Amino acid sequence: MAGTQTERAHDRQDQPGESAAEYLDRYGRMRLIRSFEQEIQRLFVKGEVHGTTHLSAGQEAVPVGVCSALEPDDYVAGTYRGHGHALAKGTDPEALAAEMLGRATGVCGGRAGSMNVIDLAHGLVGCFGIVGGSIAAATGAAMSAQRQGRVAVAFFGDGASNQGYFHECLNWAQVFDLPVVYVCENNFYGEFTPMTSVTAGGEIGIRAASFGMQSQVLDGNDLWAVREAALEAVARARGGDGPTLLECQTYRHYGHSKSDPAKYRPPDEVDRWLARDPLDLARARLLELGLGEEDLTAKDAEIDDQMNRAVEAALAAPYPDPEKDSGSEFRG
Amino acid sequence: MSEQLEFRRAIRDALDEEIERDPSVVFFGEDVALPGGVFMTTPGLHEKHGRERVFDTPISELAMAGAAFGAAVTGLRPVIEIMFGDFMGLPMDSLVNQAAKFWYVSNEQASVPLVVRSAVGAGGRFGAMHSQIHGTWFQGIPGIKIVGPSNPADAKGLLKSAVRDDNPVIFLEHKRLYSTKGPQPTEETVPLGRAAVVREGSDISIVSGLRGVHDSLEAADELAADGIDAEVVDIRSLRPLDHETVLASVAKTNRVMLVEEGTRVGGWAGNLLGILAAEGLHDLDEAWIVATDDTPAPYSPTLEDAWLPGAAEIAAAVRERLGVGAPS
Repeated sequence: MAGTQTERAHDRQDQPGESAAEYLDRYGRMRLIRSFEQEIQRLFVKGEVHGTTHLSAGQEAVPVGVCSALEPDDYVAGTYRGHGHALAKGTDPEALAAEMLGRATGVCGGRAGSMNVIDLAHGLVGCFGIVGGSIAAATGAAMSAQRQGRVAVAFFGDGASNQGYFHECLNWAQVFDLPVVYVCENNFYGEFTPMTSVTAGGEIGIRAASFGMQSQVLDGNDLWAVREAALEAVARARGGDGPTLLECQTYRHYGHSKSDPAKYRPPDEVDRWLARDPLDLARARLLELGLGEEDLTAKDAEIDDQMNRAVEAALAAPYPDPEKDSGSEFRG
Repeated sequence: MSEQLEFRRAIRDALDEEIERDPSVVFFGEDVALPGGVFMTTPGLHEKHGRERVFDTPISELAMAGAAFGAAVTGLRPVIEIMFGDFMGLPMDSLVNQAAKFWYVSNEQASVPLVVRSAVGAGGRFGAMHSQIHGTWFQGIPGIKIVGPSNPADAKGLLKSAVRDDNPVIFLEHKRLYSTKGPQPTEETVPLGRAAVVREGSDISIVSGLRGVHDSLEAADELAADGIDAEVVDIRSLRPLDHETVLASVAKTNRVMLVEEGTRVGGWAGNLLGILAAEGLHDLDEAWIVATDDTPAPYSPTLEDAWLPGAAEIAAAVRERLGVGAPS
């Protein structure tokens, strides 16, 4: 099966000289993720979001940049820090918010919660609560994608690069020339532990070389850089030339999860990264490209309005009814 | 009378026919394609169906199961071979946390049509890490079916049903059954989740699975000489666990002995006995379990034979418990 694509898709390469308007929309998607995470934080404190959540604020450029290079029917697998993965791939913010709130109108009817969102209608094969799980899911989806002319993407963190999933699946994908892009969101902390103290070899990107796989290490806070790298990797995958590993270096603004104030991170390090907030970088770039402050302000207002309406509707939605919504373990 | 069917041939034919029937079925594993499987269960499938449908993989059980899961939720129907059941610790995360949960957690957006075949069981002098039966490791996981045949006709029919089933199925093949022969199947498929009464009797129900069914049948023949008329039930499925067929048998015999190749604590027999007690206590005069010793499977033939519950031990246990027909 290696190297075959029975139904190769048309050339989906974007044209050069993309308009600032298209990037404004991508900025808007990043802003949507930021607003969503802030809302989830607020709703958690109010007791409306249960259990735990892992917020992706600060990392928005990675999923938005990568998913901007995909077609709607391409596949994505995300992590337990996956709200951004879902929103970037097209999940409806209201359905996602309702899922966080445990409501019947949630994208998984309230059965999944924050860590395990699945939205096949938008190509999201799942967000996985076990570190590294997304790598396997995308690798398998790529086996179908190879026959369908599609591409699969795995998002995962730096911590996952030390799991068996990473090493086994990268080898597997290279052996079978699978159309998959492995996107490591290296936020430099695996839970509470600095990446560098538990990860041999310095960079994660260089691990691809041992599999003969293409790779790139890039600034994960730069939407433009992420998108360019993703376009190249996706074209390689779709063209039958196999997988790519992208190490996108980024930083999370919150702690690992709801119970983590992230006191283990040096203040000067935090300041350095906050000064490189991906939203600020995108705004500055859009102004350079000729947009005005009023364009950005209008986009922000549009997103705020969308988010407010989504949360309001989600909060008004009913909880699942144990009498009729409890479901069954098997299909059929 | 038609020719008898060999167990390993039944496995091969089931796969062959399902790959032929449904273009979304793919079959992969370690040494399954060009070499034809380490137990010679799958020779010729690669040559017949091509490398897109049947192929060899790296020795990467976690990647294999994970890839099968991802493929199953995006349009393929993978059958994978995890060579020995003992290796199932490696892919367990993907099977337990991904495949088994997807249908429910996704709010039924899609199910996971996936079959995981493995050779299982002791008696082959393979030692502690190549002799286990992993069915019970997964028995407490909602969303995953566990089946295992005791004869060639069931092997073919159950495997075909497993491939056609929309849920993940763990398929147990006892390695001491591969060379056995039996009647050809009479039906195209055998439904998953149903036990089978393989010998009718009125005095006691002996419930077992896989190779243990043969030992139980042999014991039943021995007991017949002592005037004990034993019914033998092949459990065939560990999840769903068909307690109703066993309850019906017990309603007739009022006695049940469960024979498990595995330990008493944490086994399927203990699970089943609990359900029988809860739902059929009024029918039970005797109920007990014969299991393996609480050690890993030993290598040496004398130790392994003593460790396994064989026909003689099964028959002796019945005589002792019932206090009849004890040999002098």
